[in-house]
Amino acid sequence: MSAVMTHETSPGLWALAWRRLRRDRVGMVSLVVVCAYLVVVAAAALGWIAADWPREVGVNYAPPGFAGADAPPPQGSLTPLPTAAAADEPGIVDPLADVLAELRKGLAAAPDAQARAATLPLGGDKWGRDVLKKVVKGTETSLVVGMVAALLAVLIGTVLGAYAGYYGGRMDDFLNWIYSVFTSIPYLLLVLAIAAVLNQKGTLTVILILGLTGWTGIFRLVRAEYLKHRTREYVLAADAIGTSNAQRMFAHIFPNVSHVVLVQLSLHVVLFIKSEVILSFLGFGVGVETVSWGSMLNESQSELILGKWWQLAAATTAMAVLVTAFSLFTDALRDVLDPRLK
Amino acid sequence: MTESLLSVRNLKVDFRLNDGTVSQAVTHAVRGVSFDVPVDSTVALVGESGSGKSVTALAVLGLLPKPNARVLSGSSIVYRNRELLGLTPRELTALRGAEISMVFQEPMSSLNPVFSVGFQLIEVLKKHLGFDGKRARARAIELLREVGIPDPYIRVDAYPHQLSGGQQQRVMIAMAIACEPRLLIADEPTTALDISVQKQILTLLYELRQRRQMAMLFITHDLGLVAEIADQVVVMRDGEIREQGAVTQIFSAPQDAYTKALLACRPPLNRRPLRLPVVEDFLRGAEPGIDTAERRRGVRGGAEIILEVNALSKHFHFREGLLRKREFKALANASFKLAKGKTLGVVGESGCGKTTLALTLMRLTPASGGSALFEGRDLLSLTPEQAMPYKRRIQIVFQNPYASLNPRFTAGQILMEPMRIHGIGADEAARVNISLDLMRKVGLPQPAFFKYPHEFSGGQRQRIAIARCLTMQPDVLICDEAVSALDHSVQAQLLNLLQDLQDEFGMSYIFISHDLAVVKYMSDEVMVMKDGAIVEMNDADAIYANPKNSYTKQLLASLPGQGAAVVGGAVS
Repeated sequence: MSAVMTHETSPGLWALAWRRLRRDRVGMVSLVVVCAYLVVVAAAALGWIAADWPREVGVNYAPPGFAGADAPPPQGSLTPLPTAAAADEPGIVDPLADVLAELRKGLAAAPDAQARAATLPLGGDKWGRDVLKKVVKGTETSLVVGMVAALLAVLIGTVLGAYAGYYGGRMDDFLNWIYSVFTSIPYLLLVLAIAAVLNQKGTLTVILILGLTGWTGIFRLVRAEYLKHRTREYVLAADAIGTSNAQRMFAHIFPNVSHVVLVQLSLHVVLFIKSEVILSFLGFGVGVETVSWGSMLNESQSELILGKWWQLAAATTAMAVLVTAFSLFTDALRDVLDPRLK
Repeated sequence: MTESLLSVRNLKVDFRLNDGTVSQAVTHAVRGVSFDVPVDSTVALVGESGSGKSVTALAVLGLLPKPNARVLSGSSIVYRNRELLGLTPRELTALRGAEISMVFQEPMSSLNPVFSVGFQLIEVLKKHLGFDGKRARARAIELLREVGIPDPYIRVDAYPHQLSGGQQQRVMIAMAIACEPRLLIADEPTTALDISVQKQILTLLYELRQRRQMAMLFITHDLGLVAEIADQVVVMRDGEIREQGAVTQIFSAPQDAYTKALLACRPPLNRRPLRLPVVEDFLRGAEPGIDTAERRRGVRGGAEIILEVNALSKHFHFREGLLRKREFKALANASFKLAKGKTLGVVGESGCGKTTLALTLMRLTPASGGSALFEGRDLLSLTPEQAMPYKRRIQIVFQNPYASLNPRFTAGQILMEPMRIHGIGADEAARVNISLDLMRKVGLPQPAFFKYPHEFSGGQRQRIAIARCLTMQPDVLICDEAVSALDHSVQAQLLNLLQDLQDEFGMSYIFISHDLAVVKYMSDEVMVMKDGAIVEMNDADAIYANPKNSYTKQLLASLPGQGAAVVGGAVS
């Protein structure tokens, strides 16, 4: 067999790109940061960490450990519920009097039975849930949404772009028409429309919304690349030896435009993470049973008035670090994959 | 020798490369080059790609790409008793254009497409000579007339795309001489142009130089051109000067083995040696004696015909305005026969339809009419499924070896793919063996199997492309300018290879090229094309010795190095 002959495997273009990336310090640091996030996400997804994030482990609005505990509230009451006296005002019948009485009784009956912590590492939210765990779980939601939606958008954009650019003519006209329809509708309107059609809240819905609206930019880029490549001599040569259209599109041209696709993928992960935050903030995001950075920011809206800044700080920091690292990594990726550098 | 205008001494230029393999690889692009450009004469810098000739020219102008190129200490470039290497950017800018100017290879990309040529000329005049608008315009028209642009009053307002390639290069020359420089550097000024235009530009440069008593540094890869224009020749290879001297001496009595090889590896027009001598022969010291064995070419009456093309046409439609369509005939009623085991040369200038002919025959672009009978079946009317078995029997080698191989495939994958598609070879192992066999045949070492195209030189890539065709054992091989992008010494090797393969496999070639000497050497029959039509077709020797058509005559007259055709007579 000639397969046994000795040879030095020579570096392909990907290997060369990796070598260049390894020498890019900023690129490597950001890659490490992104990988660290991915590890956290994987651990969270497998339930190793932060699986018990909904448990109310601290006192309400427990401050972060480094800020020190709040002064104990008077009478051990955790929430300043309206006193009974208020309801006794003449002429006013409190319709919730019974409920309030019930609540008061409940609070008195369980005076911190589980000994809630006065402080938490990164503080607690309104119900005393650990913000650190929420951030970890939120990272999982946001990153998964960002990555899966980006994959979906890139898949749609690449396939449609490849067909439009490769075949041209009517196929191109038709796909461009679809593209124009999608881009001519205001973004939020489109999001609302798709949300209405899907008619349920949840992570999957967010992914679908982002994926179905976000492919247009990728479509344009990939189409342009295919237009450029389909008349290249190597594609003609592939035609000459008898390859099929599909082989030429995906086995021959695709590897040569994959750097564009990869950079777009990376770019859209960042974009969609931010979009998910905005959607959740606006209330079109993930449901109440899950936590994401967006829903955390949404909660912290009302908390800020009370001066409880830690949930906001934790969510924004986590997001800022990831987005920055991912963007820097995308830049580095674009540099090392630039075919002019080979 | 008279006083020297420019003298380069011990010029060394290093390039830093970031190729991803070594952190900072350094190539010595120019290693200690010394030569003089005397006043009022032309010095030709000749060398193949990578010889450092362009880098030398850029160094003179101070135009080396900044961060990566470094001129080593000890180098010196003296222009009129002034050292150029230590000048500030501002001083250099003043010098460029006014004293030393340059004409580049690609007129198309050197002119700004959004400004009229007049505007670009006037800008130069205003900037360097301080002319006012009116005077500058008058001067611009004068300059255009001087470089031979017809109707300069009108053309001064033309945009670059409204001019032909030759006219664009004339405008570039007008810009270069606008400030009456003492030294004109021309970097391959005719390489991108058609052969007949090439001759006109050379004549223009020659006359301008004489009239204005400039000195010219003429950079080229083509030793043939040098004979027509230069007084002194400097032959470079790998950043070093191999030989320099007066042009007569270089051509009549070359001393260096490399110079001899460069002179010898061009196909001669008057005879047809079995093999072309290649550089390696000369450098090995074994100077091949004149190969007296001649290859017989030509098609005699009863030759078996493998491909018969009848009235082949290809029209393109352009939309003009809203409804009107303009038709462009890229190929009009082309009919010819290709004899089995023979070579049909196709010559013509750019835009004559040579490449369209190849693409149409390969079914890479649909024909508008006509037929191509291959063993009695019309290739053009087959459905894609029916065409599959014929696809492997007619193959093509493209011009640009840097574009025709998929950069993401290794040489092995490139060779195996067609065999997989056509079911050649019993299994993968058999295919690997066939590939390795073919690689040996085309002169590639075995480890090349695992390498990617970017690791090969241009000549080696073209060998891979040829081997890819051979995997399918085609009966007809179309070579579309297959050697045109390569250095002359590499061309000779590939031409030898193509002839060897024809001898071994009995393939028929359609050999398309703008290079008349190469076509003459390779072909049994030659077909001359112009504006999509075949103007003349005959046996190769007959057509070159006795052209019937006026266009063929004109084309053949522009062949460089044909004795009488020499411009001013640097060499008689």
